[in-house]
Amino acid sequence: MSQARHSPARSIAAHAILILYTVIALFPVFVIVINSFKSRRAIFADPLALPTPGNFDLVGYQTVLAQGDFFQYFLNSLTVTVGSLFFVLLFGAMAAFALSEYRFKGNTLMGLYLALGIMIPIRLGTVAILQLMVASGLVNTLTALVLVYTAQGIPLAVFILSEFMRSVSADLKNAGRIDGLSEYTIFFRLVLPLVRPAMATVAVFTMIPIWNDLWFPLILAPSEATKTVTLGAQVFIGQFVTNWNAVLAALSLAILPVLVLYLVFSRQLIRGITAGAVK
Amino acid sequence: MGALTLTNVAKSFGSTDVIKGVDLQVNDGEFCVFVGPSGCGKSTLLRMIAGLEDVSGGDVKIDGVRINDLAPAKREIAMVFQSYALYPHLSVRDNMGLALKQAGVPKAEITQATDKAAAMLSLGALMERRPAELSGGQRQRVAIGRAIVRTPKLFLFDEPLSNLDAALRVQTRIEIARLHRELGATMIYVTHDQVEAMTLADKIVVLRAGKVEQVGRPMDLYNDPDNTFVAGFIGSPQMNFLKSGALGLQSDTLGIRPEHLRLSRGAGQIPGRVSHVEKLGGETLVYVNTDTHGLLTVRLFGEHQYEVDEAVGLEIDQSRAFHFDAAGQRLR
Repeated sequence: MSQARHSPARSIAAHAILILYTVIALFPVFVIVINSFKSRRAIFADPLALPTPGNFDLVGYQTVLAQGDFFQYFLNSLTVTVGSLFFVLLFGAMAAFALSEYRFKGNTLMGLYLALGIMIPIRLGTVAILQLMVASGLVNTLTALVLVYTAQGIPLAVFILSEFMRSVSADLKNAGRIDGLSEYTIFFRLVLPLVRPAMATVAVFTMIPIWNDLWFPLILAPSEATKTVTLGAQVFIGQFVTNWNAVLAALSLAILPVLVLYLVFSRQLIRGITAGAVK
Repeated sequence: MGALTLTNVAKSFGSTDVIKGVDLQVNDGEFCVFVGPSGCGKSTLLRMIAGLEDVSGGDVKIDGVRINDLAPAKREIAMVFQSYALYPHLSVRDNMGLALKQAGVPKAEITQATDKAAAMLSLGALMERRPAELSGGQRQRVAIGRAIVRTPKLFLFDEPLSNLDAALRVQTRIEIARLHRELGATMIYVTHDQVEAMTLADKIVVLRAGKVEQVGRPMDLYNDPDNTFVAGFIGSPQMNFLKSGALGLQSDTLGIRPEHLRLSRGAGQIPGRVSHVEKLGGETLVYVNTDTHGLLTVRLFGEHQYEVDEAVGLEIDQSRAFHFDAAGQRLR
């Protein structure tokens, strides 16, 4: 470890690999963004070329903003993501606190049961979920999406957070108990602030799949009023004609909010990921 | 007021018994130290008194009132932890005042109480700082201050000096002793360090494997141990244990403290060879290898010159020797 840090050759090699990976990962995003600023003809003529004054065209953005209620789609996506994120973090942290803090029968079993959700994809249950939503009259509501995404996010949240909560000093919690703090105050005021980096990690890992999801919005909430951005962008993809300018513009716009959220969490995220390595 | 009574107190985690029926009386104003090797249950016992662990059997009483099922905050106790356990988001003043604030004490009284505690521990200049801005010793003083502010019936200390360096440990030890004199409060103190136990306690409780081995004043334990465990645990360097049979005695084991062995050059009652010498200035520790009794420690006061591998003889001061039976119990 210290060797790698001091030897410049190794450092260069490590950075080269990381830069290469970054280029590969970001290339599709880059292509989407540059093509969203080009005319339709220019997209097909040379998809990899940068937009020039000759072929610069904002028609995609104009279409997106003019057609459909894109602002509404954004709002829907944001509502669903933030709402799910809130519940995942709240309930995930609470469950993690209970599992790490209290001794009760079936503690380990409960932990395993909750972790099972990480291994089994929630989409396997789509049919049952749809039946459930139809029966409870939640089809075409954002509530349906929030519920499903909360269920989807909780296992990982519990798994990561319970590990971090175990590392919070037991003496601190006990000091709070002796001073007369309630378990809720201990949880919200003492423990949560100390696991903030882990919370950010969980937030990022939970947020991105929710924002990008096409499956559940398509199945559970495809109505105009509840469409999310990813679903809204599908309007421009037809069976015979696809409005590529609009699709690319919609996708470029869809990157922005998630990028902002990521930047908000990223400082904490990095601390969360490296916590084990540095301490 | 703050007399603590434990009656047949027991604790088990599942099928493992951690505390096996402890009876103890701590009088009002007494400084009682629980001491024992790690894993002996002393911390668990303290946490049961605090209410942080529930009691599996027996009664815990403060001033005659059974508190087994009372929440920690209602027991009128205060605890100082090894890791200080200060609230990281609160200033020193708020850390010290939190318990009173939770109890609904008026603000002016809280300020008065925290100022008084701060003056006792000379924390005045630090009151507005956060714990992260304090050194280890300062943090522990704040933690002690937080306990004082509550004016509890019982002070509980859970190895409060273990995280401090040696010089600070001595200093804080003296400070705790001074506080005990000034406050006259009942204190229960857990440590694995017998020096802390000897220097602080009015009453020492030696624990092993969840049982009380002996209770008594420090010098009683030192001069009159009940069994080989207490004899070996109290006092540093450790008591020497010799085979009585080889000395022509009736008992199974003979215990003799290092300062009560006489060392002479050449042959003696027990022949041996010097294996190591530690010179500490005020005293000299000589480790002597013997054929029948293994390695024995001799404590000589002042400076002495012995060479490694030098042939020496040891003489036992019979009037200071302790005799134990095969089970390790003292024969009186």
